Amino acid sequence: MSEKFVVGYDGSDVAKRALDFAVSRAQAQGGSILIVHVLEWSPYSFLTPEEIEERHARRKEELDRAEKALMAPLKATIAAAGVPVETQIKYGHVAKTLCEVAKKEGATQMVIGRDGDGGLSSRVFGSVAGSLVQVAPVPCTIVP
Amino acid sequence: MTRLVPTVVLAVCFTMLAALSASAQSIDETINGIFASSTGWFVNLIFSNFPGTSFPWIVGWLVVAATVFTVYFGLIQFRAFGHAIALVKGDYSDPNDAGEVSHFQALATALSGTVGLGNIAGVAVAIGIGGPGATFWMILAGLLGMASKFTECTLGVKYRNEYPNGTVSGGPMYYLTKGFAERGVGGGKFLAVMFSIFCILGALGGGNMFQANQAHAQLTNVFGEYPGWITGVIFAGIVFAVIVGGLKSIARVTEKVVPFMGIIYVGTALIIILMNYDKIGWALGQIFAGAFTGLGVAGGLVGALIQGFRRAAFSNEAGVGSAAIAHSAVRTKEPITEGFVSLLEPLIDTVIVCTMTALVIIITGQLISDPNTGLYVLNEAGTAIRTVGDTSGVALTSAAFSSSIGWFKYVLALAVILFAFSTMISWSYYGLKAWTYLFGEGKGQELTFKVIFCLFVVIGAAASLGPVIDFSDAAIFAMAVVNIIGLYVLMPIVKRELNSYWSRLKSGEIKKFS
Repeated sequence: MSEKFVVGYDGSDVAKRALDFAVSRAQAQGGSILIVHVLEWSPYSFLTPEEIEERHARRKEELDRAEKALMAPLKATIAAAGVPVETQIKYGHVAKTLCEVAKKEGATQMVIGRDGDGGLSSRVFGSVAGSLVQVAPVPCTIVP
Repeated sequence: MTRLVPTVVLAVCFTMLAALSASAQSIDETINGIFASSTGWFVNLIFSNFPGTSFPWIVGWLVVAATVFTVYFGLIQFRAFGHAIALVKGDYSDPNDAGEVSHFQALATALSGTVGLGNIAGVAVAIGIGGPGATFWMILAGLLGMASKFTECTLGVKYRNEYPNGTVSGGPMYYLTKGFAERGVGGGKFLAVMFSIFCILGALGGGNMFQANQAHAQLTNVFGEYPGWITGVIFAGIVFAVIVGGLKSIARVTEKVVPFMGIIYVGTALIIILMNYDKIGWALGQIFAGAFTGLGVAGGLVGALIQGFRRAAFSNEAGVGSAAIAHSAVRTKEPITEGFVSLLEPLIDTVIVCTMTALVIIITGQLISDPNTGLYVLNEAGTAIRTVGDTSGVALTSAAFSSSIGWFKYVLALAVILFAFSTMISWSYYGLKAWTYLFGEGKGQELTFKVIFCLFVVIGAAASLGPVIDFSDAAIFAMAVVNIIGLYVLMPIVKRELNSYWSRLKSGEIKKFS
């Protein structure tokens, strides 16, 4: 059975390194890549009346922008390297959403980068990499 | 640059008004006089009594409507309660719609528009005039009001306008026109225009002046007396910065802090009630006895009933139509689901939060009663019950809370200001929607309304409570007159939606996602 790599991607340098890592593994082992971009979102946050009115339009804009700026260029380069690639853009809690996608799409591995800044906020609230280590449903590689 | 504008305007206002500060008190008096004399006729019209009785027709209008909806939809407030909670939790939300406005968000935003001074100051007014018995009628009105809210919010979503750019506008204006046309009933457009006019007045009254007025009352209560226009100008400056200057950060902070203030408020009320646990039975006895006998309050039983119903309607806005504007932007394939969610609003607002305020005022013994007869003692004018510190409105609530927890008046002052502010922001939005419905969408039209809105903040803070509260109530109830006519005409449509949805829910066609 061929490998299916779920890669969490947000356009940062570490995310690019994680993606490169996953692509090279997929090339070597003959697998496919599913790039997932998660927009942080909670259905329990509080919005002003204007934000509520504009939400649907904003969401469309955000999805379009993510597709054009992040996903589209990747698809072309990775497909050119001969690796089958798909992309998904999701809203939600980053770690939780990545796990859900991995489960649903039958991924065999997850790859994400970590920024390794270890600042106060990640100590208090945890980081995506830290959460995934604990809850990932499939083997998870964290690329520094 | 845009952020500089409000600051400059604020500075100019300050300089102008400071120059007049020598005659500060007389500014307040002048504003008050002009305001009272120019709005009196409107107030009298709305609050006139049924011929030959002392019962205002508008109160009957609201209660009859809420009762009709309760019966027509078969006690929907109890039947759909569990399902409403499941919807808010997101059990029925499609994960692929993540990133859209959730039921929870729509409810939270609508609530931050209604939970406000009505719950703190309005209840104190009701208890001060109508006695503890007003609480009973307030709770009853809250429970019945859930059905009105259900009806109007379902219609708000069903007939909203969705524009090509993805934004949404909804509310009574739209269901009055589109819904009436669908049913082949005339006059929808006329009612929509009437509603919009009253909505603008309501936004300037209850959604603005009453808030500014009571925020000022609370501030003087903490910091000592000073002229109202100073609070007004500061508040107007901040509101201006948010709604005109686009300082979203302030609005966002308030939206996030207000729910927590609400929790702190209810929590503290519970603590005070528990501290006086030996009096809970007595307080409930006072509420029931007062509801049916009056216990000597001004106007007796009918006085308690009128005050209870009036303040409940003012606080939870059921049947008024404002919630239909707030709830209409939610993302749902079934308009009725937003109706279910919205029926939680009067429950939280009136049955829970208002009752807490009432219990604290009663339990801490703020109302003076005659030890011999057990009847309440009226003030010299005979218009309200005498209180321990001769307080009324928000000051009465403040006195009640701080009699148990001394420093709580500072927390309450902060809560009042934040509640006032979030209600103003919400109502500036409702008013704006009505304004653009009348005068068309456009930057110029919007700016005109927003500037008028800010001016009324100053007037509200400077005027005295009586005229402001009368005008605020009158304007908001006038919205209900028009809106409820619409709800009667359109309720068969809601019934159809309800039956269809309910049968699909029971057959399992509508499934939980989680």
